[in-house]
Amino acid sequence: MFSAPPFWENGPAPGNFYNFPNLQPQVQQPQDFRQHSQSPVTTSTSLVGITYDKGILVAGDLLASYGSLARYRNCPRIVKINENIILGASGDYADFQYVKDFVEQKVISEECLDDGLALKPKSLYCWLTRILYNRRSKMDPLWNNFIVAGIQDGQPFLGTVDKHGTAYADKVICTGYGAHIATPLLRDSLDKNPQLNLAEAKALIEKCLEVLYYRDARSYPKYQLGIIDVEQGVSIEGPLEVPQKWEIAYHSKRF
Amino acid sequence: MFRNQYDSDVTVWSPQGRLHQVEYAMEAVNLGSATVGLKSNAYAVLIALKRASSELSAYQKKVINIDDHIGVTISGLTADARILSRYMRTECLNYKYSHDTYLPLNRLITTLGNKMQVCTQRYDRRPYGVGLLVAGYDDKGTHIYQTCPSANYYDCKAMSIGSRSQSARTYLEKHLDQFSNSSLEELIKHGLRALRDTLPPEVDLSTKNVSIGYVGKEQQFKILDEEETAPYLRLIEGEERRGATSEKPQGPLRDDQGDEPRDPMPDVAIEAAEHAMDTD
Repeated sequence: MFSAPPFWENGPAPGNFYNFPNLQPQVQQPQDFRQHSQSPVTTSTSLVGITYDKGILVAGDLLASYGSLARYRNCPRIVKINENIILGASGDYADFQYVKDFVEQKVISEECLDDGLALKPKSLYCWLTRILYNRRSKMDPLWNNFIVAGIQDGQPFLGTVDKHGTAYADKVICTGYGAHIATPLLRDSLDKNPQLNLAEAKALIEKCLEVLYYRDARSYPKYQLGIIDVEQGVSIEGPLEVPQKWEIAYHSKRF
Repeated sequence: MFRNQYDSDVTVWSPQGRLHQVEYAMEAVNLGSATVGLKSNAYAVLIALKRASSELSAYQKKVINIDDHIGVTISGLTADARILSRYMRTECLNYKYSHDTYLPLNRLITTLGNKMQVCTQRYDRRPYGVGLLVAGYDDKGTHIYQTCPSANYYDCKAMSIGSRSQSARTYLEKHLDQFSNSSLEELIKHGLRALRDTLPPEVDLSTKNVSIGYVGKEQQFKILDEEETAPYLRLIEGEERRGATSEKPQGPLRDDQGDEPRDPMPDVAIEAAEHAMDTD
């Protein structure tokens, strides 16, 4: 095979590069790095949860967005876990589905023991806290805000866990934009009337979703309502519709 | 010592379908001093007879705390019991960390049983030489569980294990119907009488050699100290003792006691074994 001789002694042949003498070798870049998720992709917005006298209501719309694009419009994110727990999630929808899958697997495995003991809301709440904190410690968080609602020892329990594993229980819990917009409304009502009944609580939740629909650009009028009641047990209603009144838009000077 | 050609290893079957090494391990339980467990609807009680290995040593601890809602008493190799109780403590702790609630008894005993079973099926292991009585309280109420070196476990209304424990079992069987509605005091009295039946006539229960532990609804597992034990002992003091006959220590009750052909029974050298390893 023909190859041209170098231009000069130890120099490059035609078509090749010259290797400069005494050049420091390049620092080797790691080849096995992985980038962890640093932002959610398919997101869902606020959840609204409130305790009433005999149970808990949790509501959230059915939209999953790609950024500001309203991409999927039928994504339920309030699920029944067993006869005394419902789980709701906002944030990354894929991460929610992943968590939902292994929570459901956990419930199935526990059912297989057939010892008559079922997962309790406070146990699930604690367990999710451990998992989410563990993931954030690996710098790879599950990008969700979860709401655990349930009945334990005849008492309603409402708790939330965020992607860092921070957790708290309260009578009123909202996630996402709702934490800013809906929480004050719900707390205010609960201060005035600490013993809401189901109908009052439902009306209040509906009002909050309406306000959120007007104010939150990532929201959607179709929503689901999870109810867990000391007497009635678990039910998930929906899709329901937020009442819309666009005439009020003309009262705004900005239009 | 070896009289049997089928007891060379835990994994060796005898033609009669028995595992001799496992059965020998079962005998280790009978070397330990007697212990009694019984329960009512509200309380589960453990009562144990403590032994001192010499004049100079203290009485060996027999009741072990596992978690707020579980305690065990041991009979057999103390060192093996320590490993098992450490395992149970870890399991309870992990469950409490991840689920913010107490580990249900049956789940603990199932995992413990699985751990112990492995040792009866591998040639590089030996069975645990200890029997446990586990008392606990959970959502399903009070429980007394018995575990064996053979990795069997039993959910009991009342049980006694250890040397000469047959007499205690006889007492428990006789009074079984009274337990479920008994008060804590009644239950402890029954337990002490059952334990006293295992003693030879010249020995009696004292605050030194008795250990009492109990758990119940809104009652964390509690091991009584000598001062707290004394009032209970006084309650059964002076009662006429049932004829403590010099019956031989009997083996654990088995399903297969009958007239089928048997392998030659092992001649377990009790004296030698007692010197070789610490049993309580």
